[in-house]
This record gives sequence, C-alpha cells and structure tokens, in this order.
Amino acid sequence: MSTLAPDTAIPAGDTPGLAVARTRSWKAPIALGIFVVVALLLFVVGHRDGDSTFRLSTSTDFVKLPNAVLPSFGAGIVVTIALALIALIAAFRVSRYQRVPLWLIAVFGVLFFVAFLAWAGAGQSILVPGLLVGSLGLSTPLIFGALGGVVSERVGVVNVAIEGQLLGGAFVSAVVASITGSLWVGLISAMIAGALVSMVLAVFSIRYLVDQVIVGVVLNVFVTGLTSFLYSEVLTNTPDLNQGLRFPKLDIPGLSTIPLIGPLLFQQNVIVYLMYIAVAGVFFGLFKTRWGLRLRAVGEHPQAADTVGIRVNATRFWNVTLAGAIAGLGGAFFTLGDLGEFQKSMTAGAGYIALAAVIFGRWDPIRATLAALLFGFASNLQNVLSSVGSPVPSEFMLMLPYVVTILAVAGLVGQSRGPAASGKAYIKS
Amino acid sequence: MTETTPTPPGETGLVEAAPAAAGNPAPNRDEPDDRTARILRDIVSSNAMISVLAVVLALVISGILIAATDPNVQETAGYLFARPSDFFAAAWKSISVAYVSIFQGSIIDFSAYGFAAGIRPFTETLNYAMPLIVAGLGVALSFRAGLFNIGGQGQILAGAAAAGWVGFSFDLPIGIHLPLAILAGIAGGAFWGFIVGFLKARTGAHEVILTIMLNYIALYLLSFMLRTPGLLQIPGSANPQSPATLPSAILPKILGPNYNLNLGFILVIAATIFCSWLLNRSSLGFRFRAVGENPHAARTSGINVKNVYIYAMVLSGALVGIAGATQVLGTLTTGFSSGIDAGIGFDAITVALLGRSRPWGVFGAGILFGALKAGGYAMQAANGVPIDIVLVVQSLIVLFVAAPPLVRTIFRIRQPGTGTPPRARKTSSAKTAVVTK
Repeated sequence: MSTLAPDTAIPAGDTPGLAVARTRSWKAPIALGIFVVVALLLFVVGHRDGDSTFRLSTSTDFVKLPNAVLPSFGAGIVVTIALALIALIAAFRVSRYQRVPLWLIAVFGVLFFVAFLAWAGAGQSILVPGLLVGSLGLSTPLIFGALGGVVSERVGVVNVAIEGQLLGGAFVSAVVASITGSLWVGLISAMIAGALVSMVLAVFSIRYLVDQVIVGVVLNVFVTGLTSFLYSEVLTNTPDLNQGLRFPKLDIPGLSTIPLIGPLLFQQNVIVYLMYIAVAGVFFGLFKTRWGLRLRAVGEHPQAADTVGIRVNATRFWNVTLAGAIAGLGGAFFTLGDLGEFQKSMTAGAGYIALAAVIFGRWDPIRATLAALLFGFASNLQNVLSSVGSPVPSEFMLMLPYVVTILAVAGLVGQSRGPAASGKAYIKS
Repeated sequence: MTETTPTPPGETGLVEAAPAAAGNPAPNRDEPDDRTARILRDIVSSNAMISVLAVVLALVISGILIAATDPNVQETAGYLFARPSDFFAAAWKSISVAYVSIFQGSIIDFSAYGFAAGIRPFTETLNYAMPLIVAGLGVALSFRAGLFNIGGQGQILAGAAAAGWVGFSFDLPIGIHLPLAILAGIAGGAFWGFIVGFLKARTGAHEVILTIMLNYIALYLLSFMLRTPGLLQIPGSANPQSPATLPSAILPKILGPNYNLNLGFILVIAATIFCSWLLNRSSLGFRFRAVGENPHAARTSGINVKNVYIYAMVLSGALVGIAGATQVLGTLTTGFSSGIDAGIGFDAITVALLGRSRPWGVFGAGILFGALKAGGYAMQAANGVPIDIVLVVQSLIVLFVAAPPLVRTIFRIRQPGTGTPPRARKTSSAKTAVVTK
C-alpha cells in the first residue's frame, strides 16, 4: 500500500537553496482504475441489449430537442474505452509529477453516468429534464446547509449542528406560515430559527468554551427531540398549525423556455432562486469583500486577526449566526418549498450529508455546492431508475451516493485540511 | 424535585454569565475561615454537584415544556389572573404526573406488590442501558484517540447482522454457540470500524464523512440482505425480517425468568473494566491518548499515528458491535429488521459525551440514559406524553454538564479553589498536557 502515500522527490536543483519538493499521489489513477473495472464488468461483460432513449425536451421548450438514442451495448464499449484512456492519462500525468486536473475527473464522471444510464435503461426511455430537476430539488437543502457550514467553519466554528438548523427551520417555517398565512413570513422565521440554533452553538462554544463538536451533536439531538415532541403533542392535535402551505412554481419569462436548462434552472420556486443568490453571495462575499477577508482571517489565524484589530469573538458570533440563518432557509425548503407539511425528523440526516459536502468541497462554497449537487443527482438516480425497472436491486442504487462519496473522498480528495483555527476556541491572553 | 430549586430563566442566565466566563478568578470576598464551611463549599461546587444540578436544570426546563403543551394547563392559563391557583395546580399536576411515571418506570414501581416486583423497573433500566453503555464506550474510545465516530449505527447493524446470522444458522451447544455469536457481532462491528480506520490512515479521508456514509451503506446492505432469500431473510416469507435466534444463542437471563436482564450486562461490565484498563494502564491506550491530544507531538515522539487510527477504529467498532450482538441475542430474539439499531448509534455519542469519554463515566451516563429511556416509555404509555421529551432532557443534560460556568452562574455557585481554570477549558490545556508528559 505504500504506493498510495504521496512520495516525494527532491530533484537536484541547479539553483541551490531553491530545491522544490515535488509530490505525486497515485490515489486518483487508482480510484479511476477501479471505476474502469466496474465499467468493464457492468457495461461490457454484463451488457444488456436494446437501445435506451434519452428524452431531452419538455412541453414548454421553445425549440424541441430530438430524443437521443444510444445503443446500450455499443455505448458501453465506447465509454469503457474512453474511461480507460482517461485513467491512463491520469496515471501518465502522475508519473510525470503532474496533477490530475479536476475537469478530467469531471469528464470521467459524466461519461460514466451516461453509460450507466444507457446500461440501466436499456430498452426504456429516460426523461432527462425530470432526472435533473429532481436532483436539483434534492440538492437545494443540502446546498443551503453546506453554505451554512462553509461560513461557520471558515470563521473558525465547526458546525455539526446543520441538521438541527435545517430541522428547526423546517418546523418553524411550517408553523409560522400556517399561523400568519404568509409564506414570506414563514421563510423569514425559518432564517430566525436557524439563527437561534446557531446562536446557542456560538454562545456555548465561544463564551463557555465547550467543545464545538459536542455542542453541535447535542444541538441536533435537542432540536430533533423538541420538534418531534411539539409535533406529537401540539401539531397532531391542532392541524391548523401545520396546513402544508407551499411556494408555487415561478417561471422566469423567456429563460424558462430554453431546452434542458429552462425546466432545470428557471421553472423552480422562490427558495431555489434564493439558493442561486446565496451561492453567488457567499462566494463573492468570502473572497472579494472585506467582510470575507476578516472572516477567513479569524478562522485561519485568530491571534493575527486580533492583532490587527478585528474583534475575533464578535466576528465569530455574528457569522455563525448568519450561517444558521442560511441553513434555516434550507430547512424551509423541506416544508414551504417541497412537502408543505412538517413531519417528524423530516430532514432525515440531510444535515450530516451537508456536513460531508462541506468537507468534500474543501470548505469552498462552489466546490461544496458541486458536492451537494453530486449527492442530489446520485440520490435521484435511484428514483428515476426504479421507475424504468433497473436491473440493480434498489438498495444498491440507494447506496450509490454514499459509495461514490467514499470513493471520491478516499481516492480523489484525500487529506482535506480545514481552516487552521476551526474547532478551537479563541482565548484572548 | 422540580419545584424546589429557585431558577432564573435560561435567558437571563446566559447574560449574567458574562463576567464569570471571562475567567478572572474571583477574589475571595468572604473566604470562610471555618474548615467545615470550606469543605461544604467544595462539595457544593464540585463537578459531581455540577452534574447533579445539570440534571435538575434539564428536568426543570423539560417540565416547563411538558406543562406548556398540556391542554389543561393552556386552558387554565386563559384565566390565569382570575384564578392563578388553578393554573399552578394544573401545571404541577402535569409535570409531577409525568416525572413520577418516569421514576416508576425506571427505578421502583410503588404500585407493584412486594419488593421483587417493585424493583423490576430498575432491571429494565439496566437492560436499556446495556447497549448504550457498550456503544458509548466504543464512541468514547474513538474520542480519546481524536477520532469522531458517528458511525455507531452502521457498526451496530454490521454487528447485529453477523451475530444474528451465526445465532440462527448453526445448531451448536450453548457453550459454543453463544460465545461464537457474540464474537461474530464483535467481528462485524470491528470490520465496519476497520474500513474507516484503514481509509483514514491510508488516504487521509475524513472519518466524519466515512462514518456517515458507512451508516447508510450498512443500512441499505442490511435491507437488501433481509429481503433476499438465502441471505438473512426467513425462508418462505416475504417480510424483510430475519429468522428468530436459536435458543442456544440467546443470552440467558441472570435474575430469573421474571426479569429481562440478561448475561449481556455482565459482558458490558467486563467491557467497561477492559476499557478502563486499556485507556489508563496499557501502552496502546497511552498511544491512543497521545494521538488524541496532539497527533503531531505523538508522531514526533515515535508513535505510528496511522496504525493508532486503525487500532482505535477497530476497537471502537468492536465495542459498538457488542451492542449489536446484545440487541439480537438478548433484546429482540424473535428475528430482526433493519431498524435493529434503534437509534443507539447516535445515543451512544451523547452517552460518551456525558461520560466525558471516561469508561466509568460512560457507564454511569449509560445507566442514566437507560433510566430515561425506560421511564420515557412508561410515561408515554401512562400519560401520553411523547417519548421525544426524553431526547430534550438528554441533550440539555449533556449541554449543561459540558458548560460548568453556565450552571455555576445559574445557581450562583463560586468556582472551587480560586485560581483553577474552569473545566470547560479542558481543550486548551489538553494541548499542552502531552508535551509535559
């Protein structure tokens, strides 16, 4: 297994003192190789005959795209060869001490999924916009949660409480929207609920110096217990408090009629549009504004930030609160954006998946969003394939997102280093 | 118990806590000259007392919640100012009835005839505590090595599947069958933990991601095996359920047929003693703690950190696997489904946190949580108060125990022995501890 560890070579530099340590890691080629073997076994050895039809257009498009028909076996062979080539390129680059570019891995992933769909849906037709729209729906709360996690961890507070923030947001938004009859008030109250959960996290970890992971885990249990208790004791007896109001779909004129992209991105409800704004806002804010610079400084080196006059603990408190508000919006998606009614433990571990997306995305808002999207896509694949009658047992399809994440984390991401001061309380001395 | 302690509401407690948490050792305003007074003060402000007060505080807050959601209380609150006595009577009744049934369901049942029947609830408490303690020990072990094992659910499922399979497929004498089934459970959990430790050690993947993902993988794998004939499903049935455990693999009841408490509890005590020895007396345990406190320092002093991660996860998974084994060999022997973990994997995290990751602390915390669980079911059955309130009580207890300054502020207790930092600073002082060792 020694090949897996990055080995280091220091070339005899011709400029003394400037020798550069070059590292190479064989993990990426090995991970890609495993996928090639899987592809070989599934698409070539276990090939299925028949054509699979990809339906690309919906009724609202202004131009109708033709259906793409792929012969299942042929596509499998072609893609497997292409995947093997990519894996070889990756191995070649690593052997020359070069990095494997991210886009190469992305191409690899897309090709693999296309071939997989062609294989699993042989003799059937797959509605591609439906697959993608469902994926975005499943990803939206994860993205909000992951953004909350990124903001909080970048400022130096580990946010395990995303689950609690999501669940709190879901509960409060459903109840407040039912009481006031206003979806918007419900949405704002979800942000407040998430922020309140965050404030407890902030107070206990910043003021009382309790281990941040402990507070996070405990808050998840607390919010789960509290919302379940109130649901059983109050909401089931008074259904008026849980009417199941939902945001209607809002088509963006013009943009929504673009084939493929329109139904996916621009025929959604308000919370999804807010998600676009949140992703862009967090990215821009973190890396292009003074607020973001200070936030990252506090998370990386609080002593230095303190020295230049940034109030470390106040910065942490308010940004953790903001992170909770963002995650609370994701909670509102469960109720106001998707299901309407609140149900016991309805987030079902989404907060932990969002936490995984934060780490998988290496504490970067865009990468974390992509990780959450990958997750939503892999989860939705199961829904689509079970409807076309996939040959794989449904449990293995349900397992897919988690297996893919492990392979990706172990093979492609590897050692991920968070913000340096994340998880440590700052005590001014 | 709930009404005797004067407590300011939680919000004001937080605000007032500011000066105390600032950490300046308060000057001795009225240092008692009297020795007894000082001893008394030390007892009142000791950590054990803080824990007791944390439990009281959690019960008070939960009691307020129970009363506030009770329709009778809400009704009397409508004419609070006209007849306040009605309101307080209703609130008192609501809270006391709930807590009395928790007590009767978990410690002693006064309504039962005779001592033997009266003590039965306590054995139920121990029965509920059994898997919580052993899974809590597993999580605590990983905490001590600096790993955050959220994968209790997956490890329990793996352990239960392995123990259950051995338990129903072989026909052996009890002296061989039972140990074999338990060992299978240990091996199942250990294997699930090994995957995490191995991947973390070899690829640097984060154990939080790995354990979360492996929970789901175990769940779906088990669901698949339970509905596939020839693997774990009952032959000739369509239900996703396993066959019943054979009598030769069932943990015998140690207090006679009237009590459910089984041999697993002895196993749990043995596991606690083992963990205590491992962490405090063994060389491996020392390496665990060194890596947990500062992996860089540990590596510098010649400890193979990667191997420690693997050993820690294997042992952690093995202990959690015992919980899976006791579930299928003791608690539910009529065949299990994919919900066999019963949330123990996540409860174990709170148990480990409350026990401060110390083996006997975990033991005590497990019994407390077992009592809350046993009592919670009794309360739900008797008074219709949802068992979810137990989660609220548990989480509040852990939260308050973790923040002694907050409890001290609320109850206006001074810090023991001036100059010592509050225990909450454990994390920062721990960083230097390993260097001085």
